[in-house]
Amino acid sequence: MKEAYDVKSIFFSRGGLEKPKAGQFFMIWIPGIDEVPMSVSFIGENELGITVKKVGEATAALHSLSVGDKIGVRGPFGNGFTLSDGDVLIVGGGIGIAPLYPLIMDLLNTTDSITVVLAAKNNKMLIFLDKISNILRSECDSLVVVTDDGSAGLRGLASDIAAKLIEEKSYDHIYMCGPEIMMRKIFNKAEEKGIEVQACLERYMKCGIGLCGSCCIGEYLVCKDGPVFNSEILRKLKDEFGVFKRDSSGLPIEFSS
Amino acid sequence: MVSLAVDIAGVRLRNPTMLASGILGISGKLLRKVARAGAGAVVTKSVSLHPRPGYRNPTIIEVDCGFINAMGLPNPGVDYFMKEVVIAKEGDVPVIASVVGERVEEFVEVALKLEAAGVDALELNVSCPHAGAGLIGQNAELTYEVVEAVKQKVKIPVFVKLTPNVTDITEIAKAAANAGADAITAINTVRAMRIDIETGKPILSNVFGGLSGPAIKPIAIRCGYEIYRVVDVPIVGVGGICKWQDVVEFLMAGASAVQIGSGIIKGLSIFSEITEGLKCFLEKRGYEDINCIVGLAHRV
Repeated sequence: MKEAYDVKSIFFSRGGLEKPKAGQFFMIWIPGIDEVPMSVSFIGENELGITVKKVGEATAALHSLSVGDKIGVRGPFGNGFTLSDGDVLIVGGGIGIAPLYPLIMDLLNTTDSITVVLAAKNNKMLIFLDKISNILRSECDSLVVVTDDGSAGLRGLASDIAAKLIEEKSYDHIYMCGPEIMMRKIFNKAEEKGIEVQACLERYMKCGIGLCGSCCIGEYLVCKDGPVFNSEILRKLKDEFGVFKRDSSGLPIEFSS
Repeated sequence: MVSLAVDIAGVRLRNPTMLASGILGISGKLLRKVARAGAGAVVTKSVSLHPRPGYRNPTIIEVDCGFINAMGLPNPGVDYFMKEVVIAKEGDVPVIASVVGERVEEFVEVALKLEAAGVDALELNVSCPHAGAGLIGQNAELTYEVVEAVKQKVKIPVFVKLTPNVTDITEIAKAAANAGADAITAINTVRAMRIDIETGKPILSNVFGGLSGPAIKPIAIRCGYEIYRVVDVPIVGVGGICKWQDVVEFLMAGASAVQIGSGIIKGLSIFSEITEGLKCFLEKRGYEDINCIVGLAHRV
């Protein structure tokens, strides 16, 4: 299913796989090409889905699959989000909305209100807009669309808009996924206001099961201890969260804004 | 109170368990965490002169009794890794650096840099079953050459990690010991592969990988037992250790210490669980010192 010019959702039957939680991921093998970690973005009884942005060879191969083609699936892996109650803020930057979508479905049953900040570089890259507006509860939830260039919704950076919302309203919990610099800024703001966050992180991943260490952040492994990290752990990761990741050899690469 | 402390070629360990090379050892903080979880020593990922990205995924696949991996020796290269060593040392247990090279000179250069970075010992990886450097450990002369060259240049103890993928592992062990190796680590993974039956394709991108986990423990026990009979240097046993009983078996075969790799899949508590189990076992049997059971199977 096409979500944007460079984003597709791919569905596969659950088969013998354990039913995943929002925030968990699968290792998706494209035979002969590569194996990559992908967050689950649709969780049905018998069908699961991932949402893939075309960024390299593996994701391009996933985009070129036809219905009925075979992929290998390992998982689900990782911890997933922990559900909270009260008033929650959700910030999804770009493809980062994918793991948040099944989370929103779950939070509809546990929260008083949900505010979603849906952000992208421009209107062409905005995804899941209809899906999210269709499931939000009209009486209590709200959706704020933000683009860097103002081609849809508010013009600005998701982190600035989120910071403003956090300043204006006392949320009980913040969930986010997207560019790490965005998440770090929102985390800093949430810390000022004493609001707990859960951030879904990404690192170069090889084994997916906590053996090889390539997805390390501080003393933690994104594949096993994450990919969702709460404020308590993020406070211990201040030297790395939003600062640097590692390439496949283990060399640090700084994030650039 | 029973003593679990062991001495491997002058490297003092509070207990005989080490983290095996290749597992987690990509960063100083992870190595420090393993040390703090109770390991007697930690071994880094194999470090080469230049950064290596490793093979493309899939690099690991689960099988019935373990894992097959072909990571391709990913590591950030020795110059950067020296910084990670400093953090690893904060764990207050010996840090053993695994060294890999394409040529003899590369082994020596990497070894010297890691020695300067402050590691307590080196472990020469001449045995990776899915990379070129692994061929060294299948040839007694080449093994001798690499070990001798490194030993001539460094002052810290040098362990040599051997492959089971040979006709007679004792020939290689003797060559390593004759070249001056201070200890023998045995074994590296067993060359293996897995094919996906839906597509008919080998799963690992490198096609071949190395089998680890409980499946290879009996092979590792046999290798340790054989090596113990032909060399005088201490042996570090590795292969499929998941519980304290496995460690006892390795020690009885002749190992003075052990390494744990795939076994950490259930969590880092494996180190403290094993040391507790060892203490109880030794107490029950009336041994005051764990070294009493090393090589026991050769004496009964």
